[in-house]
Amino acid sequence: MSLDKATVAKVANLARIRVEEEDLEGLASELNSILDWVEQLGEVDTENTPPMTSVADMQLRWRQDEITDGGYQEDIVANAPSPEDGFFGVPKVIE
Amino acid sequence: MSDLTKLTIAEARDGLKAKKFSARELTAAHITSMDAARGLNAYITETPEVAVEMATRSDEKLANGEGGLMEGIPVAVKDLFCTKDTLTTAASHILDGFKPKYESTVTTNLWNEGAVMLGKVNLDEFAMGSSNETSYYGNVINPWRRSGDDKDLVPGGSSGGSAAAVAAHMAMGATGTDTGGSIRQPAAFTGTVGIKPTYGRCSRWGVVAFASSLDQAGPMTRSVRDASIMLEAMAGFDAKDSTSVEMDVPNFEAALTGDIRGLKIGIPKEYRIDGMSDEIAKLWDQGIEWLKAAGAEIVEISLPHTKYALAAYYIVAPAEASSNLARYDGVRYGLRVEGENLADMYSRTRGEGFGAEVKRRILVGTYALSAGYYDAYYLKAQKVRTRIADDFKEAFKSVDAILTPTAPSAAFAAGEKNNDPLEMYLNDVFTVPASLAGLPGISLPAGLSSEGLPLGLQLLGRPFDEETVLRTAGVLEEAAGFDAEPTAWWKG
Repeated sequence: MSLDKATVAKVANLARIRVEEEDLEGLASELNSILDWVEQLGEVDTENTPPMTSVADMQLRWRQDEITDGGYQEDIVANAPSPEDGFFGVPKVIE
Repeated sequence: MSDLTKLTIAEARDGLKAKKFSARELTAAHITSMDAARGLNAYITETPEVAVEMATRSDEKLANGEGGLMEGIPVAVKDLFCTKDTLTTAASHILDGFKPKYESTVTTNLWNEGAVMLGKVNLDEFAMGSSNETSYYGNVINPWRRSGDDKDLVPGGSSGGSAAAVAAHMAMGATGTDTGGSIRQPAAFTGTVGIKPTYGRCSRWGVVAFASSLDQAGPMTRSVRDASIMLEAMAGFDAKDSTSVEMDVPNFEAALTGDIRGLKIGIPKEYRIDGMSDEIAKLWDQGIEWLKAAGAEIVEISLPHTKYALAAYYIVAPAEASSNLARYDGVRYGLRVEGENLADMYSRTRGEGFGAEVKRRILVGTYALSAGYYDAYYLKAQKVRTRIADDFKEAFKSVDAILTPTAPSAAFAAGEKNNDPLEMYLNDVFTVPASLAGLPGISLPAGLSSEGLPLGLQLLGRPFDEETVLRTAGVLEEAAGFDAEPTAWWKG
């Protein structure tokens, strides 16, 4: 298993992280060394083992589907870099 | 008046009740200590005004004979806990200027019990690191130095600021969070006590998320008793965290009976890893002898999948992180770097806002979760995780607690291990398995290395049996009689 520069660029795009062209090579080699090392998991027989889905031995709780809280529009946008009239401002997405 | 910062939480609590000094005096002493130790870079944000105000309220309560478990006790808060209207950074550039409009449940619990907030302490960026060298706000310096050497050492990570603040008497206790060892390893590196309770014991609500199936808050203090008191104040059911467990919080301090006669302590043979230093092996053997002398029965156990824990962890944690950190998009909080369009704004913001280690983990996680690789990486890792948890379940049929070293070495120098991510990851070899299984674990200082640095022992327990862990730790602490302190060189 080996990630090439193009795959790293694709993954970076999926993760929405800008990576400069000159950094792709180094990043590919770091990721490869991590992924190579993780290959050892293949040695473990997990044929009849279920994946862990809950750390504590517990059932998720049920609750009534009702409004119990809210009304914080100002608080919610208080930390936004570009709030507009109580909304989150984003660059134009529709021409 | 003697130096109030030398007291433990238990001693200070008793002194406050007996009116030997006031909460304001206790807080003032710690503010002075923070000023003197600024060179250690333990705090990102100091909040002395808030502290004085909270201490004043504590004095009023104490005067009326009221007050909670931690009334008037000044503590530091890892800067991963949201604190209302106080800058919360997760030590990341991407959270620039973020002042939450809400308070995390764990800190709310602490303030309700009377604790006083001294400030927010440094950490590895988003708690990703084992040496506190990935913080956007700079490295934290370990208060400890090798004897006869003035080189700066790392305090461990990710709760490095918490550990340094407690070790240098800049706080009586500090909150930490532990995802793969982030409370226990820095505790070991700084001669302090740190407990990661069972997953589900402390609410994760309002704690900046790293890997949600692993993250768990806990206290860092200078004694086992203090850890018991502070854990009790932090813990409790919270409906706002879907994995918070609905269970009463015991009186943890009452668990410290000093009596472990007949208790069965497991020694996992797989933890005697190749290349374990003689010092660490000796310390571990010494711990076994102390427990035997106290009447415990030592049992050799096997945790056969131990060697796969780190690899499983370094898939599960990055996968969850890549998903959790998707929220930092330049829209809702923190940094925004403008771009040509929305997608470009996202990418530039995240490219500039995240540091190298965080990006590395997000990319590993994104790859591990991507179409065609999910089964091979994430699903496989979660299956191996089940095997690791099953190993512990099996072991706990025959033992009540497990004793291991906390870390494979003492604190190392800054810059010594950050060329190779894998070498850094090995720091967590003894702490990660219990994290994957969600078990409670404590680290306590048990001796000094030949270079004069603290070394820690770790005790693990059954789910929700922090009491046995604390009781056994109390006995080890008594036997070890660890009373070494770093020389206060930073006061210059």
